[in-house]
Amino acid sequence: MYRNLTIKQKQIVWAWAFLALPVLFYSVIRFYPTGNAMLISFQDWNLLGTRTWTGLDNYTTLLSDPVFWQVFRNTFIYLLLGTPVSLVVAFAIAYHLDKVRFMHGFLRMLYFLPFMTSAVAMAWVWRWFYQPVPVGLFNNALASLGIPQVNFLNSTTNALPAILAPAVWAGLGFQVIIFMAGLRAIPRSYYEAARIDGVSTWTVLWEITLPLLRPTIVFLVVFSSIGFLRIFDHVFNMTTNNPGGPLNSTKPLVLMIYQTAFSSFDMGYAAAQTVVLFIVLLLVSLLQLWIMRDR
Amino acid sequence: MAFPTLKAWAVATAAGAASLITTPAQAVEIEYWQYFFDARVAAMDQLIEKFEAANPDITVTMTHFPYADYRTKVAAAIPAGEGPDVVQLFYGWLNDYVDADLIQPLPGDAFPVEAIDAEFFPMVQAMKGDGQYWALPTAVRSLALFYNERLMEEAGVEPPTNLDELIAAAQAMTKVDGAGNITQVGLTAGMTAQDHHWWREVLVRQFGGEPYLDDYKTVNYDTEAGRKALDFYVGLATDENPVTAFNFMDEPQAAFKAGRAGMHIDGSFRIGALESTRGLKWGVTELPANADGMRSNYSSYWVNAITTKAEGEKYDAAVKFMQYVTSDEAMQVWLDVVGELPAKPSVGMTDANANDPVFGPFIRGLEYAHTTKFADESGQRQAMVEMVERITLEGMDPGESLTLAAEAEQKILDDYYSGN
Repeated sequence: MYRNLTIKQKQIVWAWAFLALPVLFYSVIRFYPTGNAMLISFQDWNLLGTRTWTGLDNYTTLLSDPVFWQVFRNTFIYLLLGTPVSLVVAFAIAYHLDKVRFMHGFLRMLYFLPFMTSAVAMAWVWRWFYQPVPVGLFNNALASLGIPQVNFLNSTTNALPAILAPAVWAGLGFQVIIFMAGLRAIPRSYYEAARIDGVSTWTVLWEITLPLLRPTIVFLVVFSSIGFLRIFDHVFNMTTNNPGGPLNSTKPLVLMIYQTAFSSFDMGYAAAQTVVLFIVLLLVSLLQLWIMRDR
Repeated sequence: MAFPTLKAWAVATAAGAASLITTPAQAVEIEYWQYFFDARVAAMDQLIEKFEAANPDITVTMTHFPYADYRTKVAAAIPAGEGPDVVQLFYGWLNDYVDADLIQPLPGDAFPVEAIDAEFFPMVQAMKGDGQYWALPTAVRSLALFYNERLMEEAGVEPPTNLDELIAAAQAMTKVDGAGNITQVGLTAGMTAQDHHWWREVLVRQFGGEPYLDDYKTVNYDTEAGRKALDFYVGLATDENPVTAFNFMDEPQAAFKAGRAGMHIDGSFRIGALESTRGLKWGVTELPANADGMRSNYSSYWVNAITTKAEGEKYDAAVKFMQYVTSDEAMQVWLDVVGELPAKPSVGMTDANANDPVFGPFIRGLEYAHTTKFADESGQRQAMVEMVERITLEGMDPGESLTLAAEAEQKILDDYYSGN
């Protein structure tokens, strides 16, 4: 039978033969659980008993749950604060580091180091930094200068930025490296032409560097947005005693999902939250790709 | 994960082969599951060894999992006919396990209900449903007041016996720096640790209340007594001379271990960690009584149960094994190895155990302990945590915060009991 196929058809058969493994892998490891999660979101299940259909109950509960809206807001604060801050800082570092020749490799390594460090270990160290007197590094320093203590983690207003800071810092190394690669890819000749025309440094930055960095920026914005929308390790590890606290002020959506599923064992409700997160991630990514598309 | 050892297999197959030849001597292998915790596994190993010596025709294989995966694995395995014949579970999960048809009741002839009612500490009766017992503990845990002997001596105070003495001793041991920052607390505090149990089952009762009604299905602390208990508790940190700070040194037990706290309320499971802390001289006493001398305590425990998978001769073997792990002998082993308290007064209240300087206060506490029937322990704890945070971080009126907490917890209970 195989013999009777045309060359074109044989190529297709072989292409599918090679594709079979990844297709199988993706169906079993990715698509099946995703589909199953969507199914569970319409059911009531506590992991032990039988699953029962509840229709849209989980979604209506979600919409009327004040904690969900608080968590939704937190998630977007992480995104709207984290992404621009990390991008601006990473660009500033990359821009200047690109010009440094002295110990360039060593400095680059220093910036990259936090990215390679385990988020859990880092979160616990920062958690210690933020403690009140007599153990916390920052507050001990403040106290020895006679300045009143700052409540970093034990405050409904300061806790979220305090947790976001190490998360931004941890991702910085990766963004710096990507930015530097982007900067290196811009042809020198544009800069030489600009210099001959006697253009100011600011104009060079606005008219040459940033427009030509557009693909890099699009990639980093999408990448880091998804990262901040899915923030979990830093929050969980810095607030393990009262996850997402105080008073839910630092709780992101992923942490809420985790708690609903694995400490309240309400799998259906957790699955509904997952579906919402999935839709949000999809919309945010599509929106960004659309805004930053090539015109 | 511990798979059956080679030896166990060898014994089982040898016994199996022997039974083929000699017929009646039956070799039965049953499986036991618990979550992984070093001392618990070591204690169970000892118990299995003794049980097998007494019952040469039964082999018990133990499998253990990290705590995080435990519930998922049990839920997946038993319906598939793969799991354990005897399983360990937290007392608060009993309803879920019964409803999901994962465990079966203990037979009345081997576990007579009246005898268990009489022989075990009273809080074990929470494991009774439909006139029969579903599960039984080997060991139980309760709360007590740990104190730092050096700090007590330095401040010239004695371990407190009632709440007034508790405040006085805590004040004497609290230290404040020039700027008014607390650098050493008299008493640790934090609803995230064991204090939510202390508040619910002990303080509310001591101020004249009854924290729950209707077999723990109705919240009943939004009352005058609840308000007094809340004011007392929050006052520890917010009064004119605070004796504690919430979140001091991150965790109450960390502050106590570091020698920066005079007193600390915690469970019997903390003993092991404190014993291995170098340079810390500590003692332990019963939770303080109220002005009328009334005491209360909170107790929790892990139980063993026979699963629905066990049938026929495996069922008979499982019953025998259950009888052994709830025997006096097993309880003493568990106390010696794990440091958890015997579930029967006949073992716990022996002179040696009840007067033990470390275990004694916990064991005496069991006599008047209550066991909260949780629907979702971490969710219900969260209601307590937020009740205090609304007052201390947002300046909410305590009465209002108490009402909100009672409503939040009632909602958890309602959702749970309406779903079942």
